[in-house]
Amino acid sequence: MALLEIRNLSVEFKTSSGSFRAVDGFETSLDAGEILGVVGESGSGKSVAFLALMGLLPWTATITADQLSFDGRDLRSISARERRRIIGKDMAMIFQEPMSSLNPCFTVGFQIKEALRRHLGLDARARQARAVELFEQVGIPAPEKRLSAFPHQLSGGMNQRVMIAMAISCKPKLLIADEPTTALDVTIQAQILELLTALQRDTGMALVLITHDMGVVAETAHKVSVQYAGQKVEQQPVADLFATPHHPYTAALLSALPERAVSRRLPTIPGVVPGQFDRPQGCLFSPRCAHVQDRCRTDPPPPGGPETGFARCHYPLNLTQEEKA
Amino acid sequence: MSAPVLVAEGLTKHYPVKSGLFGGTQLVRALNDVSFTLTAGRTLAVVGESGCGKSTLARMLTMIEAPTAGRLSIGGEEVTPDRWSEMRNKVQIVFQDPYGSLNPRHRVGAILEEPLKINRPDMSADERTARAREMLAQVGLRPEHYDRYPHMFSGGQRQRIAVGRALMLDPKLLVLDEPVSALDLSIQSQILNLLLDLQERLGLAYVFISHDLSVVRHVADEVIVMYLGHSVEYASKEALFDAQRHPYTKALLSATPRADPGQHSQRIRLSGELPSPLNIPAGCPFSPRCWLAQDRCRTERPHLSDESHAHACFFPLEAEAPVSA
Repeated sequence: MALLEIRNLSVEFKTSSGSFRAVDGFETSLDAGEILGVVGESGSGKSVAFLALMGLLPWTATITADQLSFDGRDLRSISARERRRIIGKDMAMIFQEPMSSLNPCFTVGFQIKEALRRHLGLDARARQARAVELFEQVGIPAPEKRLSAFPHQLSGGMNQRVMIAMAISCKPKLLIADEPTTALDVTIQAQILELLTALQRDTGMALVLITHDMGVVAETAHKVSVQYAGQKVEQQPVADLFATPHHPYTAALLSALPERAVSRRLPTIPGVVPGQFDRPQGCLFSPRCAHVQDRCRTDPPPPGGPETGFARCHYPLNLTQEEKA
Repeated sequence: MSAPVLVAEGLTKHYPVKSGLFGGTQLVRALNDVSFTLTAGRTLAVVGESGCGKSTLARMLTMIEAPTAGRLSIGGEEVTPDRWSEMRNKVQIVFQDPYGSLNPRHRVGAILEEPLKINRPDMSADERTARAREMLAQVGLRPEHYDRYPHMFSGGQRQRIAVGRALMLDPKLLVLDEPVSALDLSIQSQILNLLLDLQERLGLAYVFISHDLSVVRHVADEVIVMYLGHSVEYASKEALFDAQRHPYTKALLSATPRADPGQHSQRIRLSGELPSPLNIPAGCPFSPRCWLAQDRCRTERPHLSDESHAHACFFPLEAEAPVSA
C-alpha cells in the first residue's frame, strides 16, 4: 500500500464574495523513497493542497476528499490530538522563508529541542545530543555553538538547514518541502537540494518538492505533477514529462523556458491564470490554449488514463499511434 | 559602431557603518573598481548572488547615490552630482517587485504622467495625457486601463506599467533590476519579449541585473559576473557561456538547475557561504571558497585582465570543457 494516498481532494475558502475553490480534485499517491515534484504557477493550489494534508489551513477552509490516507490511517476521521501526534513527527514540512518560519524570540536550539521533547519525550541530555547530531547531519558547522544562536544571527541558508534539521528530527516518513530554495542564492540552493536528496536517499523517506522552478524538479524529482488553477493537469515520471508532455499547458510552460528557446522571441502563453470570477466553463486552460476546440470551451475534461499522464485534456499531445487507438 | 551610451570607470562605493555604541566605523565595500562600456541597442547583464553589489551598481547608474570613487559618463557627458537633475532624464529604472513599485492610490494614468509633470513642467496636461495613452499601447496595455488602479492588474501587467513609466522620458538607458524574477514563468516570457521589442524599436541600452542565468543567456549581449563587489569576469555572452575562465563563474553555472532531466551536469560544489562585505577576504575575494586557490590568491588581489574575455583570476580555467546553463 502506498504511504500517501490522496483522491479527489478539494479545498474551498469562504470569502466575503462567495466561496473560492483553491484546490479542485487533487489526487496523487506516493510510496516510501519516492520524490514527487509539484510544479505550478502562483495560485495553482500547489501549497494549499499540502497544507490541507498537514491540517494547517485556517477555519475558513472547507476540505473534502474521497480518500486522504497516510501510512494506513485515514486523516479525515482522526481527532485533532491524534493528528498532532502525526504531523511534525511522521509527516513534516519546511517552508519557503526560513527566516519567518522560525521564532525570532528563541534560540534555534530551543526550537529544535521542543520537537524532540513533544514527540519523542527525550530527557534534556538526550535532546542535546540528538540536536547536535541533527545539526551535523544537515551540515551546520560548529553545532554546539550554533544551538544557542538566534535565527537572525544565521544566514538564510543556515536557517533553512535548521528548518530541515527540525523537520527530520523525528525521522519522518514524509517530508513536504514547499519552495525550500526559492529565497536562496543559486550556490546555496544547490547545497540545500543536495542535502535534501541525500537525506531522502539515506532515510528512505518520501519527499514532496513543491516548486515553480522547472530546473529544480528536473534535477531532483522522480515523478512530477503539474498544477493549473487548482487542478492537477498532468502527472508523469520526470524524464517523460520533459520529453513528451501530454497536456498543452505543460507543453506551453516548457517551451516558455528561456533555456529551451530556439528564437530570440520566446513562445508565450497569452492571458493570465483564471481567478475567482472568471473561471471558464469548460477546460480551465481553454482560454489560453493553442490547441483549443469547441468542445473544450463547454465540457470540462476529466483526468485521462496513465498512458496520457492523467492529462485533463480532451486532445492530449504527443501520443504514439497505439496510444491514440 | 556608435558611441557608447554608458561608460563606467573604476566605480567604487563604500558605505560607512557604525558598529555598536562605542565601536568605531567600519566600511562596507559594496562596490570595488567596476568598469564597463555599453552601446545603444545592446544589453549588459550583471550577474551575481545577493550581496555582490548588483543593486549598489544600479543605484550608481540611476544617480540615486554618488560613487565614492570612479567616473561615470552617460551619452558622452560626465555625470557629476550637480548635474544629476538633468542627467536623470536619460536613465530610468524598472524594479523587481511590481507590487511594491507602483503607488496603489494613483491611477495608471497619473503614474505614467508623473515623470512628465516633474521633468517637463512646460508640457500641457492634454499633451501629457496623450503621451501616457500612447505609452499604454506601446507596452501592450489597452486604452481603458488609463483610469484603473494598480491593484486591478496582474503582476505581468503591472510590470508593463512599470516599464511604461520608465520610458515616459525617452531615456537612452534602462536599468532593469531583476525585472522578471517576481513573475510566473508564463508571464516572464511575455515581459522578456516586450523588453526585446522595445529595445529594437527604440534603440535602448539595457543594464539587466539578474541572478537567473537562463534568462541572462537569452537576453544579454555582454555579461559581467560579480562577487562581493568585485567584477570577476566580463565577456560577451557567447564567450562566457562557451568557456568560463573564472572558477566562480563556472561554479555558478554548474549550480544552476537545468530543465533537462537526462542531462545531469557535473556540479561543482562550493562549500561555505558568502563572506560579509564588511570583511572581504584579503587577496582574491573568492579564495576561501575556491577549490583551486593557492597561496598567492590569499595574499594578492587579482585584477580584471585586459583581454576581450576579461577575468580576475591568477589561475584562470583553460578554455575547454564547456558547462552550459
